[in-house]
Amino acid sequence: MTTFFLSIALGLLFLMLFSLYRALFGPTVLDRLIGVNAIGSKTVMLLLLIGFLYGRVDMFVDIALAYAFLNFVTVLAASRYFHKRKGLYEESFMD
Amino acid sequence: MDILVVLCLVIGLFFFLGGAIGIIRMPDFYSRLHPAGKLDTLGIFAMVTGLAIYNLHHFSFEALLLSIKMFLIVFFVFLSSPTATHSIVDAGMRAGLRHWTKKKRKG
Amino acid sequence: MTVSNNGVAKENGNTRSTFFKSFFSFLITFALMFLTWIVLSGKFDPLLLWLGGISSFLVAYYFYDLLFPAMGSGYIKVFFRFTSYMPWLIWEIVKANFHLLYLAFHPRMKELIDPHIITFKTNLKSDIAITTLANSITLTPGTITVTADSDGVFRVHAIDRKSAESLPGTMLKKVAKVFGEQI
Repeated sequence: MTTFFLSIALGLLFLMLFSLYRALFGPTVLDRLIGVNAIGSKTVMLLLLIGFLYGRVDMFVDIALAYAFLNFVTVLAASRYFHKRKGLYEESFMD
Repeated sequence: MDILVVLCLVIGLFFFLGGAIGIIRMPDFYSRLHPAGKLDTLGIFAMVTGLAIYNLHHFSFEALLLSIKMFLIVFFVFLSSPTATHSIVDAGMRAGLRHWTKKKRKG
Repeated sequence: MTVSNNGVAKENGNTRSTFFKSFFSFLITFALMFLTWIVLSGKFDPLLLWLGGISSFLVAYYFYDLLFPAMGSGYIKVFFRFTSYMPWLIWEIVKANFHLLYLAFHPRMKELIDPHIITFKTNLKSDIAITTLANSITLTPGTITVTADSDGVFRVHAIDRKSAESLPGTMLKKVAKVFGEQI
C-alpha cells in the first residue's frame, strides 16, 4: 500500500507541473491566480498522503487543514488586490 | 476494502488530471475557472474518502476522530472553493475582461 | 455575496421572544464551536475541555448573531431539509463533473464549448438562501455565478448550452423549499 500511495503522490506532483505552467506563463494575472489555487488544492492532498507515508497522519491532518485555510485566504486577498486593475483585457491578447 | 481505497484514490487522481488538462487547454480565463475550481474539489472529495476508509482499517476512537477531521477539510473546501472562484470572477469582471466567444477569435 | 444580519433588525417585537431567539442561536453557536474544538483537539483532559468550553463560550457570547441570525427554532426544520438537499446536490455535482471531464478531454473542445453569460431573476429574499443558491450554482460545473445581489438577480457564466439550459429550474425550486420561500 505504501508503494501505491507513493505513486499517487508522484502523480499529483506531476500534475502540479501542469498547473505551474499556467502559473508561470498565464497571459493575465488572474490566470496565474488560478494556477496557484490549483497547486494549493493539490498540495492539501499531497500533505495527507505524506502523512500516511510517514505514519504520522494525526499531525499532517492539522497541517493540511491549515494549508487549506491559507490557500483560501491567499486567493481571496490576491483577487481583492487586483480588483480595479485596468488593462487586463489587452494583456490577454499578448500570447 | 483495499480495492475500494484504490478505486477512490484513482478516481480522485483522474479528476485532478482532468482539472490540470482543462486548465491548460481552455481558451480563456473564465472557462479555465470551470475545471480549476470544481474538478479539484471533487478530486479532493474522492481522495479524502479513500484515505478515510483506509484510516479506519484498525478501528479505534482516535482513528474515527482523525477521519472526521479529514472530512472537515472536505467540508471547508466545499465551502471555500465556490467563494474563491466567485472572487476571482468578480475581479475579472471589474477589470473589464470580456469572455471568449465562438465567433470572435475565428478570424 | 455580502452577508448582513438583516434578520436581527426585523425582530423588534416583544422582547421576550427576541431574547429566546437570541439565546437559541447562542446555544447553537456554542454547540458548534465546542464540537469543532473537540474534533480538532482530539484530547479529553479536563483542563483542555474547560479551556475549549470557555473559549467557545466567549465566541458564542459575542458573535451569536453572526452565524445564525435570530430565527428561533426554525433552524431545526431548515437543518433537516438542508440535509435532505445535500445528497441531491452531490449527485448533481458528480453528474456535471463527468460532463466537464468529457469536455476537457475532448480533442475538438473549442467547437464544443460555447461560453456565454445568462441573467435571470429570482424572488429569493434572505441572504442565506441567495448565498446557498449561488454557491450551489458555482459548485455545479459548467456554471459560475458572476454576480448575485440582494434583489435576487443572478448573472451566470455558463460554458456550453447544455449546462445553461437546466439552470433556473430545479435547483431554485429545491433551495426555495429548503428555506421556506415562495418562488
